[in-house]
Amino acid sequence: MVVCNPMTNESQDSFIRVKDITKIYDMGDSVVEALVGVSLEIEQGTYVAIMGPSGSGKTTFLDILGCLSRPTSGEYWLKGQKVSDFSEARLAQLRNHEIGFVFQNFNLLPRASALGNVELPLLYDGVPRRERVRRARESLEAVGLGDRAHHRPNEMSGGQRQRVAIARALVNQPSIVFADEPTGNLDSRSGESIMMLFNELHAQGKTIVMVTHEPDIAQHAERVISFKDGLAVKDVWQRKRENQS
Amino acid sequence: MNGIEYFLTALRSIGQNKVRAILTTLGVIIGVMSVILLIALGESAQAYVEREFAIMGSNVLIITPGRQETTGMFPISAGAHRKLTYDIAKSIKRKASGVTGVASNCIGLAAVKFRTRERHVLLIGTTPDFEGVRQLYTQIGRFVSQKDVELNNKVCVIGTTVKRELFGDQQALYETVSINSCKHMIVGILEERGMALGIDLGDLVIVPLPSAQQMFNMEGVGEILVGARSQEDIPIASAAIKRIIKSAHDNNEDFTITDQDGMLKTFSRIFDMLRLMLTGIASISLLVGGIGIMNIMLVSVRERTREVGVRKAVGATRTDVAMQFLIEAVTLSVIGGLIGLSLGAFGAFVIHFLYPNLPIGISMWAALMAFFFSLGVGVFFGVYPAVKAASVDPVVALRYE
Repeated sequence: MVVCNPMTNESQDSFIRVKDITKIYDMGDSVVEALVGVSLEIEQGTYVAIMGPSGSGKTTFLDILGCLSRPTSGEYWLKGQKVSDFSEARLAQLRNHEIGFVFQNFNLLPRASALGNVELPLLYDGVPRRERVRRARESLEAVGLGDRAHHRPNEMSGGQRQRVAIARALVNQPSIVFADEPTGNLDSRSGESIMMLFNELHAQGKTIVMVTHEPDIAQHAERVISFKDGLAVKDVWQRKRENQS
Repeated sequence: MNGIEYFLTALRSIGQNKVRAILTTLGVIIGVMSVILLIALGESAQAYVEREFAIMGSNVLIITPGRQETTGMFPISAGAHRKLTYDIAKSIKRKASGVTGVASNCIGLAAVKFRTRERHVLLIGTTPDFEGVRQLYTQIGRFVSQKDVELNNKVCVIGTTVKRELFGDQQALYETVSINSCKHMIVGILEERGMALGIDLGDLVIVPLPSAQQMFNMEGVGEILVGARSQEDIPIASAAIKRIIKSAHDNNEDFTITDQDGMLKTFSRIFDMLRLMLTGIASISLLVGGIGIMNIMLVSVRERTREVGVRKAVGATRTDVAMQFLIEAVTLSVIGGLIGLSLGAFGAFVIHFLYPNLPIGISMWAALMAFFFSLGVGVFFGVYPAVKAASVDPVVALRYE
């Protein structure tokens, strides 16, 4: 196990680099500081787990990394672009092209088929229908659900739903996949197979950032960052990446 | 995402909740239906009146003695003025251009008696041109001839109602009836014409002008009817007539020329007013329908917060989301408009079935107006919910329970 300080090898062209990120929620009569100044870097192809008790700010941090929300202050660089300055429309485009998101509660459209759900990112990317369907099918096949394309979410098991969500996250070939407790609503067997899927993605070279509070799940990651009270308090490399010496 | 995709997404979304979609758009359905029906009824009433006028003869100018500031209604004579005469009528026919016929009339009520049966009818003393100008032809026998007028023949032409009442099934032609105790021979029977503006065109008796003048003890003529060759000839004929009579009347304009067109225009104005009013009232229901759509769309935005979050998470922009909801509202509204249009058309059909006399139909402009109005309602009332949907925060939406 190697403990390292993320600030020591700072570089402009890191895949993900955040600096002094804060997120403050103004609740009217009180102010909640979800993040109080997080700085770290993530290299391309790394499999990162973010751990911490609830209220530690790990989910807020993931939302910011996933461009679902903006930091109150601080800088966020993704692939050399200063994302924290992006307009909302450019953030949407970034979510569409570069980012795949997987949630604890799957977040599928209940009335759309598996195929319809997986097509969604391509729809907003302006991909023509025929190609959209083809790519969505491929993506479903890749997660082992080629025969379930026309089933609706309520006709599928939790594990299958999460596979559909992963297929959707991957369909536009993003470079990073963010996952928020992806196995939290699954039984251990389905959870395990979902984790295998993430391992495969990692092996294919995707960058994965996963929020979890289960140490078993975090075992799969190369690097574990622990949050507490809005700060990254611990950053542990569990094993070196295969392509590093 | 392009327009077609937005539209397909909207259709899918509407199709997923058909009952609610119908209920949502019910207001628009009823609104458009009532607008369509009321316009159709207004137009049919107008067409009905126009047809009635046409029965009375088209392109007719009516000259009456006495100056009247006309706005198109039947003139009421007042004050001192010269009488109109048969001679003037003759000179109009001779000199005025664009004129097809001139009839000099003397009109009053008279008692017609055949043996023991008696009937009070409208008596028209006239000249042969009346037939063509009023387009009231005989079915049996002949009309009053020029000779009848010149020789003061005691002949008459009777309407079908008079014939039926006095003679029943018996032969009436060449029988003698006494009109105000003066014997006249029936030389013709008018064709069946029914009612025009409440006047039974079968309940009248026509005699040569001199005969009526004697009966009513009148020297001049009550009115001169002039038939113009066409609609375009009316102003020309009218000017010529004015010139001719003025020169005969020492340049005094102590007479009035009314054209049927003018009267028709007055009616049209009244109908336009009425239609505007009815349409206005019906539009209020359309407005209420629009508010209904907005209401449901707002509920829908709340309900579908998570959907919006999902769409945003995978790359939908604010515009994408706003367009989706806006187009959904517009689609709902337009579907409602089309349903309302069909129901309105069906209603018109039913009315036509119940009252075959009423010329009712859906005009193109009413259909187009209904379509674009419902489109407008959809856009107007869809914008606010769409903006609300677009401003949903994905972070909140995605973890919304």
